[in-house]
Parts: sequence; C-alpha cells; structure tokens
Amino acid sequence: MSELIWLIPLIPFLGFVINGLARKAFPKSMIGLVGCGTVLASFVLSILLYCEIKVARDAGETASITQHIFDWFSVGNLKVSLSFLVDPLSSLMLLIITGVGFLIHLYSYSYMSGDEGFGKFFAYLNLFIFFMTILVLGSNYAVMFIGWEGVGLCSYLLIGFWFKNSSYASAAKKAFVMNRIGDLGFLIAMFFILASFGSLEYLDVFSQASTLSVGDSTVLVITLLLFVAATGKSAQIPLFTWLPDAMAGPTPVSALIHAATMVTAGIYMVVRSNVLFALSPVTMEIMAVIGLATALIAAFIALTQNDIKKVLAYSTVSQLGYMFLGLGVGAFTGAFFHVLTHAFFKALLFLGAGSVIHAMGNEQDMRQMGGLRKALPVTFATMLIGTVAISGIPPLAGFFSKDEILAYAFQHHMLYWGIGFLTALFTAFYMFRLLYLTFFGAFRGTEAQKHHLHESPWQMTVPLIVLAVLSIVGGFINIPSVLGGHHALAHFLEPVFAGNENTVALTLSHSTEYILMGVSSVAAIVMAIVAYNKYVSKKSVPQADSVVQGGLYNLSYHKLYIDELYDLLIVKPLKGASAFFYKYIDRLGIDGFVNGVGEFFVGSGKGIRLLQSGYVGFYIIMMVIGVIVMLLYGLLQY
Amino acid sequence: MGNIVEQIQGVPLNHYLIFCSIIFAIGVTGVLIRRNVIIIMMSIELMLNSVNLLLAAFSAYRGDPSGQVFVFFVMALAAAEVAVGLAIIIMVYRNTKSVDVESLSKLRW
Repeated sequence: MSELIWLIPLIPFLGFVINGLARKAFPKSMIGLVGCGTVLASFVLSILLYCEIKVARDAGETASITQHIFDWFSVGNLKVSLSFLVDPLSSLMLLIITGVGFLIHLYSYSYMSGDEGFGKFFAYLNLFIFFMTILVLGSNYAVMFIGWEGVGLCSYLLIGFWFKNSSYASAAKKAFVMNRIGDLGFLIAMFFILASFGSLEYLDVFSQASTLSVGDSTVLVITLLLFVAATGKSAQIPLFTWLPDAMAGPTPVSALIHAATMVTAGIYMVVRSNVLFALSPVTMEIMAVIGLATALIAAFIALTQNDIKKVLAYSTVSQLGYMFLGLGVGAFTGAFFHVLTHAFFKALLFLGAGSVIHAMGNEQDMRQMGGLRKALPVTFATMLIGTVAISGIPPLAGFFSKDEILAYAFQHHMLYWGIGFLTALFTAFYMFRLLYLTFFGAFRGTEAQKHHLHESPWQMTVPLIVLAVLSIVGGFINIPSVLGGHHALAHFLEPVFAGNENTVALTLSHSTEYILMGVSSVAAIVMAIVAYNKYVSKKSVPQADSVVQGGLYNLSYHKLYIDELYDLLIVKPLKGASAFFYKYIDRLGIDGFVNGVGEFFVGSGKGIRLLQSGYVGFYIIMMVIGVIVMLLYGLLQY
Repeated sequence: MGNIVEQIQGVPLNHYLIFCSIIFAIGVTGVLIRRNVIIIMMSIELMLNSVNLLLAAFSAYRGDPSGQVFVFFVMALAAAEVAVGLAIIIMVYRNTKSVDVESLSKLRW
C-alpha cells in the first residue's frame, strides 16, 4: 500500500494541469468530471490507507507507513528528502481533505456553472487539494512547509477569483500577506529546529526532543514561532482579520479552505509537534489565552453581522479559537476531534449559505431574507442540523468535541471554562439568529427575488445531506467514558503522542463532568429559545446601516475597529516609509546617481565637442600650443 | 674673404638665434591673431624669412655652404607658395567680397 501514497497528491495535481490547460477548450461536463474525479480517486486511496492503518491500530501496533520519494538536497550534515508519512493523524486528515473536498467539488459543479471562469476554478481547487495533501503527508517540516505555502497561494488565487473587483483582489492580498507573516515564523522555527536537532524529520526531532526537560528555552522559542505560524494560517489574534474579508471568494472556497481544511493546518501542525509543545508550558498557556480571546472576540463580533457569510466567517474564527484553547490546556485529541466535527458542520453551513445565496440571486444580506424554509426545504433541514451541531446540543457532533475541550479547560482553570462557556452562549445565539432571520418569518426581499427562489439541484443538495448525516453521527467516534463510550478516537491517535511524556490527562470526577455537560447543553438550548423569542416571536429585524446604534452594538458591528487600528498602526506608517523611500532614496539618490553618470558624459561630450569646431585658426592655436609643450618637455629633460 | 667671415663672426651666434626666434614668434602670432588674409600671408613670409636668416647665419659660422643652398630652395618655394596663395585669395574675394578669414565659415560647426 505504501507504493500508492504518492498518488494521493499526484492525481489532483494532474487534474490541475489538465483543467488548467484545457479550461477554455473542454466542455463543462468534462471539466467537472476531471475535477471531481481526481479528488474522488484520492478519496478512495485515502480510504484504503485508512483501513490499513485502522487494522494495524486495532491489532495494537504503531501504525505508520512511510514512502521515500527522493532525496531533495543534502548540505553538510543536513539531509532533506521528499518523503511521506501516513499515520493515524494524517490518515484522518486525508479523509477529511479528500472526502469533504470531493463533496465541495461536486457542489461547485452546480454552484459555479454560470461562471466564465469555471475551468479555472476547478483547476485552482485541484491545486489546493494537491498542496493540502502534501502538507499533511509530509514526514518532515520541509515538506509540510511546501504544502503550507502552497495552500496560502491557492487561498490567494481563490479568494481573488473574481479579480476584476478591486476590493476582492485587496482581500486576497490581505489574506496572503497575513499568511506570509505566519510563514516567516514557520521558517525561523525550522531554522531553530535545524540548529538544535540537526534534522527536520519528525521522527528524529521528536525522539531527540523527548530527552529534553520541560521548560527548555530552545523549545520555547521554537514553539512560540510555530504558534506565530499557526496564528497566521488559522486566523488567531492578531492575524485573523483576513478571514472575514476572505468571504469575497466564491462560497465553495469559503467552505473548503476557510472552514474545513486550510485553517485547520495550524492545529494539525501543533498536534503533529505535540512533543515539542508539551515541553513548553509557557507556549501552551499563551495558546490557550489567545485561543480564548479570539473565540470570545469573534463570537462578540458575529452577534451583529448582517451578511450571512460574515457571520459564518466569524464563527469559524471563534471555533478555531476553541481549538487553540483545547490545544493550550492539553486536550490535543479534543482539539483534533473538534477539527473533524467542525469540518463537517462548518462546511455544511457554508454550503447551505451558498444554496441560500444562489436561490436569492447572489443576495447575502440577511435583512433581505426571511421565511425561506418553504421554498428551500432541504437547505433548511440541513442548516438546522448544522446550527444545532455547532451550538453544542447533544447528541450531535459539536456537543462531544466542544465539551471535551471545555472539560479540559475547566480542569486547567475555572476562568477559562467560564469564558469558553460565555462564548458558547454567544455561538448558540448568533447561529440560531442566522437560522431564524434566514428561514423563519416573512420574506423581506424584492418581488423579483421572491419569484427566483428555488431549491438547489442535486449536485448541491446531496453534499448538504451527506454532511448533515456526518454532523449527526460524527460525534460518536470519541464518546467519553463518562457516557459509557470508549474514546475510540483517542485510542486511534495514541501513536501520535507516543514520544510525549508530558501529556495532560483528564482527572475530573464523573459528577463534575456531568454537571459541565448538562450546563452547556441546557444553556445552548436556552439561547436558542431566547433567539427564537427575539427574531420569530417578536419579529425583530436588524436595522439598516444608516440607523445610529448604541456603543456596544457599534463596537460589535464595526468588528471592534481592529481593521482601522491595523490601518493606523501598520499600513499608514508602511505607506509613509514607502513614499519616503521612493521620493528621496530611489528618485533623488539612486536615479540621481545613475542619471548623473549619464549626464556627466553628455556634459563632458558637449565640452569636448567644441574642440572640433571647424575653426582652422583654433586648430592652429592648439597645434602651436602642442609644439610649445613638447619643446618645454624636451627642455625639462635636461 | 677670411676678413668678411671674421667680421660676420664678430656678432655672436646667440644674437642671431634670439633675433630669428623672436621674428619667428612674431610671424606665428600674426598667423594666429590677424584676420586679414593678406596679413596672414605676410606673417607666413616673415616666418620663412626668419628661418632663411638663421640658415644663412649657421652656414657662415660653420663654414658649410649647404645652409645657403637650402636658403635658395626656401626662397623659391616661398615665391611659388605666395603665387598660389594670392591666387586663392583673389578667388575667395571674388566669391565672398571680403578678405576676412571669418567670412569662410560655411563648414564650421
């Protein structure tokens, strides 16, 4: 089976090449077939690999398959090779990437069918799958970094897909620049890893690291830098403002990249490097605090947003914050579990939003929607399931994963649990608000939009149904022992944490766990009822932008003015420095010097040209002077 | 014969040298500075004559007649040159109605 690992990235790459070259020549059906078929093929291979790993894990072995492709470069003692590693962690990630990816490709066939860039879209999507699989398959940090940068590139290409709109292009640029800042952290972390451990291979690094003591300063620096990389890729404070702006891209892009896969690359990287992170409690604390802050702030902003995709975007940032909180308090399995369940219900929510936008003729403002559940029954049913899942209401998927994180947070410090709980309240409220404003009440749009309302074709509804089913049953892969389960996911992922001697175990009493679970479930249901009361019973609709609102509402609606703050602190000084460099150093200095050399020669030419004036008398004078000079020279010789 | 030579050699050679150099320099200056073409011709003649004098002086002091023979050549040459030069000046005058050297300026930059 190990011989087939390399096909998993390769087949989507071929899809990219074919669709990219033939994007204007092939008919739509052909492009769709190639685009979806390649990802389906990778999915089948991923299932085969997963089965092999599962069989090995069930037999109790450390299941990992490696495939060495070729030696990339070797300098001195350092040898970096392109090689792949499939173990429980990466096999699960592969299933998500190719599985949810395939569903989204199928969805895009219908969603993007009216777009003239249809072929280009599928080419970019396939390229993204290629890079993302490279990221999770790498057996060393260098190969992961290739994938890391590549998905940043694809994110840029896909966010700015409708590049003729300059604000969309700016959003793409913003995403790429913030990603790059994170990439710098990753790169410097790689240099430190090289310097301390002499190799970039996971096995080498982790086996050497397990001999170090907790609180080692080198490991602290490495993990801090890796965390900076994760904040860029996974949209945490301070590098999160690109994700809401990334909603400028088509909705399948938001579902695939900014919900299910790329933004989870940061969490994957931390879970992969759990040995290093567990050796650095300071970094873990910082991760937990930043994750918590991000979760709370994003949830606060999402409370008042009126664009359906912006609510989901801030929801994604908030849920990513939860995942980092989980990582920071030691719930590595819980955070990864949340990655899996979040992929299901967030992709579901985004695709459902896309279905709504499609039906509304590209309208995204929820104030124009309302009462859509009769016109879009399948979309409504699936989005209802997604909303219940994300709010953490049992027995749907979100409950199990969120609760595991909150239990570890409670064990770490009650305040963390408290803020996490508050964020969960906000989450339930704004998600149900989204549901009620879109699907309940009376339709608030124009007559033309009303006539255009229709349920989406099967290519869009079947992925919604599949994801809804997964959101319902996805939680059962890691039922905690408190509820009589066997922690199947934790058992499966054990080899990933094999070298880690500093893992955190959950030591709460069963009664505490029951109380925590009960409180969060009841609270979520209560917030759903509160939102129902406000938006359905009282028929409250968010007001137009021109209406002046109170202080807290403004703070939330204007995204806490963070974009304006960055503009003031970073963008304006940079632009000022750039203008200074252009006007003085480039134009006056460098151009002045280069042009000056030219002008010197022109000027001296003008002067010397006068020697050939055509005045014979002048020539004779010069001749006489020359003779005199020669005579004097001869005289001086004696 | 010897008496004439002694008389000539009574004037030191240096005097002849300096005298001829000065006249030569005056001739050169005249060529460079003056604008009237005929004056320039005269200055050229002046230069030639100063050289003639110096040749004759050296010939007398060294007792070598080849200097004086050379003077004959120079004089013949000077005459021929003057003839041609004046012919050119007349043609120039007929075309530009002026004997100013500045009038011949069409090929100048």
